[in-house]
Amino acid sequence: MTVILGQLFTGVSIGAVLLLIALGLALTFGQMNVINMAHGEFIMAGAYTTYVLQQTITDAGLSLLVALPIAFAVAGAMGVLLEWALIRRLYTRPLDTLLVTWGVSLMLQQLARDIFGAPNVQTKAPDILTESTSLGTDLSIANSRLFILGLVVLAVAALTAALKFTPLGRRIRAVVQNRDLAAVSGIPTARVDRLTFFIGSSLAGVAGVALTLLGPIGPTMGTNIIIDAFLVVVVGGIGQLKGSVIVAFVLGMLQAMVEYLTTLSVAKVIVFIAIVAFLQWRPQGLFTLRTRSLA
Amino acid sequence: MNGLKLNPRARAWLGFGLGAVVLFAAAPALLTDFRLSLLAKYLCFAIVAVGIGLAWGRGGLLTLGQGVFFGLGGYAMAMHLKLADAGEGNMPDFMELYGQLDELPAWWAPFANPVFALAATVLLPMLVAFGLGSLVFRRRVRGAYFAILSQALAAAMVILLIGQQGTTGGTNGLTDIEGFFGYDLDDPVNQRMVYFIIAGVLLALLALTRQLMHSRYGELLVAVRDSENRVRFLGYNPANVKLVAYVVAAGMAGLAGALFVPAVGIISPALIGIVPSIEFVIGVAVGGRAALLGPVLGAVAVAWAKTALSERFPGTWTYLQGAMFVLVVAFLPGGLASLWGMVKRRRETAAPLVPQADAPVLVKEAAA
Repeated sequence: MTVILGQLFTGVSIGAVLLLIALGLALTFGQMNVINMAHGEFIMAGAYTTYVLQQTITDAGLSLLVALPIAFAVAGAMGVLLEWALIRRLYTRPLDTLLVTWGVSLMLQQLARDIFGAPNVQTKAPDILTESTSLGTDLSIANSRLFILGLVVLAVAALTAALKFTPLGRRIRAVVQNRDLAAVSGIPTARVDRLTFFIGSSLAGVAGVALTLLGPIGPTMGTNIIIDAFLVVVVGGIGQLKGSVIVAFVLGMLQAMVEYLTTLSVAKVIVFIAIVAFLQWRPQGLFTLRTRSLA
Repeated sequence: MNGLKLNPRARAWLGFGLGAVVLFAAAPALLTDFRLSLLAKYLCFAIVAVGIGLAWGRGGLLTLGQGVFFGLGGYAMAMHLKLADAGEGNMPDFMELYGQLDELPAWWAPFANPVFALAATVLLPMLVAFGLGSLVFRRRVRGAYFAILSQALAAAMVILLIGQQGTTGGTNGLTDIEGFFGYDLDDPVNQRMVYFIIAGVLLALLALTRQLMHSRYGELLVAVRDSENRVRFLGYNPANVKLVAYVVAAGMAGLAGALFVPAVGIISPALIGIVPSIEFVIGVAVGGRAALLGPVLGAVAVAWAKTALSERFPGTWTYLQGAMFVLVVAFLPGGLASLWGMVKRRRETAAPLVPQADAPVLVKEAAA
């Protein structure tokens, strides 16, 4: 029983990390049809922000708290810059955006290598997050994982509320549902796009801060996780957040369960096959906006 | 042009002959053995590029996982050569080294047969592409999803290869391949032979691809890229059209992988993962995705530039590679091949603009 519970929590915590990374992607991919391969490097920027802050603020807990808003701003600013410089020119060519942002991500990785060096660096987690909370006799959960879970819940709640209740959120939803109609109704779609991209990218920064609690920070940390996050968005369906939320946790659980029964490498392959099989049933993902378009 | 008007067929023969002279006479005469073996490696990448040009340039299918097929072909070939090196009844050296196995795994055994191994280098990638392609295209999964799935396939394959170290060689891959169907690969003469085989295969595949592009099927493929729904309304099944391009591209990548093994002597996960897969694409983008020769020249040029630059300035190369992606794809989507057309059009501004079948067209997604 404890084994199952333990695996269950491992699954939830893998899912939480996936969701944190995928949240920003779901927003930008969903609204603008933009596949931002540099999203992983925005995560990296968030992680390095934490590292830099810890060089000046020695208290690990305080620096982590300060890092959250600063990483939010740093990654968001990078996103806006990318959107302004390149992506807005490529809205009609989503596949090309993928390649262009991949190029940007290569350059950002090399930039990180030049500034911080190729070897991974490590941040110090605050003491309270290095301990574990024990539940029952032989089941204990790392506090860092709980912290990330809390952060994800907070991020999803904040984003949902923002989309639902603020004027900006209303405009974003309008553009997602029907760009042309939104434009003729007087919504400045270009400005909404830029703001959406800002929010999506800054969520990557927050994810980067969270990832410093789990592992080392390195120039290639983005590439390793971005594919899984994209799969979450693909399976979840674009245009709505709830698909990504459900799928992130389901995929996390599946990964944890299969990995427990077999090995990590086999688990990756089985998850991939499961995803392709799922798309046979729902080619557009779990939830999708009903439109009249044929594609 | 300069007054010399040749019909397309004659021009194709002329180009083909010129390519043969360059590859079979000029290159071996001018290059040292070392340079020639590098060129052999680049030509393997060029073969992959021909396939990507067909699937992506003509068909609009952005395959970010050609490394998978390259790897399947490469591993099939390397498995056979390893077994042949080890001799009848022996296990390949690395398996004894890791010592996890007492006897040859069952799925290795058939690769001892050269005919099976050679067939597998092409058919295995085609089979995998057929499986993924028919599932994805039939259900009209959107193009961006396909790109991500193909990339995820590359990631999964690499993780699987590394995880099964005992039977696949893990991170090291299959190394130290000494013989090629009874010929010693250390001998420079045999290395030249491998080069000639690769060059011959490249030319043959170029001819095949040209025929394919100029056939009715080629027209249909471009039509599917530019307006899938219109093709569907005309009564064709776009899924099958895409599937053929994807499977053919996979077969080419598999063949390239198989030829890469004797030319370089190694196949490993680092050569087939996400990053090499996308490096195949950059060569095609730089050369010109929709042209026939663009991908070939682009792949060779990019691979050559990588060797030349990355040894001395590894950092600079990465910046340059990133910049190439950004500049070429964003601002010159037709690649360098489209520059010629631009110059020509500027000269002939007075002439009426006729839509050209060969002109690289921007890939336009159907409104999603």
